[in-house]
Amino acid sequence: MSYILEAQQVVKRYANHTALSGVSIQVPQGSIFGLLGPNGAGKTSLIRIINQITAPDEGSILLNGEPLQPKHIEWIGYLPEERGLYKKMKVGEQLLYLAQLKGMAKNQAIEQLKYWFIKFDIKEWWDKNVEDLSKGMQQKTQFIATIVHKPKLIILDEPFSGFDPINANLLKDEILQLKQEGSTIIFSTHRMESVEELCDHIALINKSKVVLAGEKKAVKNQFRDNTYTIEYQGTLLPATDLFEVLQYTTLDDNTTKAQLRLRPDVLPNAMLAAVIQQVELSSFHENIPSFNDIFIKVVGENANTIL
Amino acid sequence: MNKILLIIQREYLTRVKKKSFWIASILVPLLIAGVYTVPILLFVNADDEQRVTIVDESGLFQDKLKSEGDLTFVFTKQSFEQAKEALLKSKDDVLVRISADIISNPKGVQIIGKKTVGFGVQNDIEGKIQNELRNIKLTKAGIDLQVLEDNKIKVDAQTFTLNEDGGEKSSSSGGAMILGGFFGFLLYISAFLYGSQVMNGVIEEKSNRIIEVMVSSVRPFQLMMGKIIGVGMVGITQFLLWGVLTFGASSATTAIMSSQIESKVMAKTQAGISKQEIEKYKAAVKQENPLSAINQTIENISLGKIIVCFFLFYIGGYLLYSSLFAAIGSAVESPSEAQQFMFPVTIPIILSFILAQFIIQKPDSSIAFWASIIPFTSPIDMMVRLPFGVSNWEIALSLVLLIAGFMGTTWLAGKIYRVGILMYGKKPSWKEIGKWLWYKG
Repeated sequence: MSYILEAQQVVKRYANHTALSGVSIQVPQGSIFGLLGPNGAGKTSLIRIINQITAPDEGSILLNGEPLQPKHIEWIGYLPEERGLYKKMKVGEQLLYLAQLKGMAKNQAIEQLKYWFIKFDIKEWWDKNVEDLSKGMQQKTQFIATIVHKPKLIILDEPFSGFDPINANLLKDEILQLKQEGSTIIFSTHRMESVEELCDHIALINKSKVVLAGEKKAVKNQFRDNTYTIEYQGTLLPATDLFEVLQYTTLDDNTTKAQLRLRPDVLPNAMLAAVIQQVELSSFHENIPSFNDIFIKVVGENANTIL
Repeated sequence: MNKILLIIQREYLTRVKKKSFWIASILVPLLIAGVYTVPILLFVNADDEQRVTIVDESGLFQDKLKSEGDLTFVFTKQSFEQAKEALLKSKDDVLVRISADIISNPKGVQIIGKKTVGFGVQNDIEGKIQNELRNIKLTKAGIDLQVLEDNKIKVDAQTFTLNEDGGEKSSSSGGAMILGGFFGFLLYISAFLYGSQVMNGVIEEKSNRIIEVMVSSVRPFQLMMGKIIGVGMVGITQFLLWGVLTFGASSATTAIMSSQIESKVMAKTQAGISKQEIEKYKAAVKQENPLSAINQTIENISLGKIIVCFFLFYIGGYLLYSSLFAAIGSAVESPSEAQQFMFPVTIPIILSFILAQFIIQKPDSSIAFWASIIPFTSPIDMMVRLPFGVSNWEIALSLVLLIAGFMGTTWLAGKIYRVGILMYGKKPSWKEIGKWLWYKG
């Protein structure tokens, strides 16, 4: 697999703390990469280094296999968590300015902007001052600013904050479309449901270190604990040589919900065969951990070991 | 297109497109033209011909009070009461009664006007009577009036500047003072005006949070320099506009004025007033022009040199201070937070202004020399000294040091700026800002 971005043992120290201590990540070409972590974990520090806003104290960043250089600035589109535009400037002028700063020629920039203005149906905004736009409109404007120069790598820091559900969906579709067109997207967030939906790969940073990384499914597999949820009517023995019941919950209409853990090397079919002999089974599924669970588990554990 | 040019362009255009820029650009030349014109116009148009009827009960002044300037004296044999009645019907404006006992009673003069008698007219009449009274008394005391005339010697010293080649040029230290003060003040104001525009621009970008988008596209140093240069060019544009518009407005008003003066002179010639009187009048008009002394100074030191030096010292001083203002802006999140940090930067500016007032008095003292050489005070203080004549090597030395100075402050400011713009939260201390200097890029 080719990586568009590789961080190798990146260290960044500030006066009173270390923001990144030996962080390594690999972002595959054409993927949506979730950069996860609690507030203050070091995500923004890493993003700023990738954007060449600051330089690492140690380690290196490779973009398309080359060490970071000034020309790479034009390859990246960055939507910071704290949104901001020049308030007194007209929307069109401002986007044109930002696009030119990303290295686009004026004509080319105008053409691209027209495309986006038509696509988002916001043609009448061109001559409006930014301060006259609603917050949601400003978000859209800033999103256009991020992607107008067709960056190879798009870094979105909490992209959905401030969007209403309709616009959030629109944004989600745009992200998927950009991926189809070959862009790679790094997606920094602590909203796990969007990670579940969009990301192919993740890296979880906590306390300035990468504590979990990999392909989404592989990461989830690491956290499978061989437990299943079943619902049934009747009486189930608490333990057999195939499984043990961790928890019973009585639901309405005589149904019971139970959490089972299989003994090592027991397959679900064997468990099911045993269960249906005892009770009337109405539902069955494996407990696959959500990213929310994983996040809480990993970050929480980590917090405990450090405390 | 180079990114720094794009930034300069934006910073420049957004400011030049503002209404306030144009209001200031037009208002200031009008004010200057006003200062220059109004006194002359007032003088030329001041109380036109006044016909003064005199009832001389003492009989001492007949034929001795002579018409002069705008005052025409007419003696009448009528009694005061008759004359008062006649005044209402006649074209005359003022009636003067000199009582019979004027010699022993100097208060025995009454001036009656149809309208309120102007202070100027009153002064003139009083002065003339007073003069005549004195002459009468002196003659009575046996003093020859001719001797008295001969004793009225007026000393009018001319000041000269010794040239390097030994020649002399007449100089006007008054004009140099005004000119020096003017340029010093202009630089003083512009240091604050444009410096704080740079600072507020930086604060705006930081508090708007656009800064993070900007520095992901350009180097922080490019952004800072782009802003400094853009705002500096706004300043230069403003000065050029002021220069051109002031010149235009002054030429226009001068044209109007000279036609007015001409017609005035014509009227006087027709009224049969002597050539000498007319020359005197013309000189008086010239005296009223507050810029006459300055014109003379400008003739002595070439205007070109002053203008070139003004722009060089403006650019140097501006770069020196505005980069420091930019650094302050980067360290804070609101203009009110900036106050504390501005203090040390404004001290040298204020100090140069205080020194300027001393330099105007003693432009060749060693304090004046050092103040105009040391980079932090040199932009303002050299401009103050310049109209008094400064040798070229001093100007060159001062400029070289100024360039070194602003390269130093820009380097320092760049280091602070690059860290400061991304720091949010609590207000930094001086110690922290000091630490930023050593952060790795």
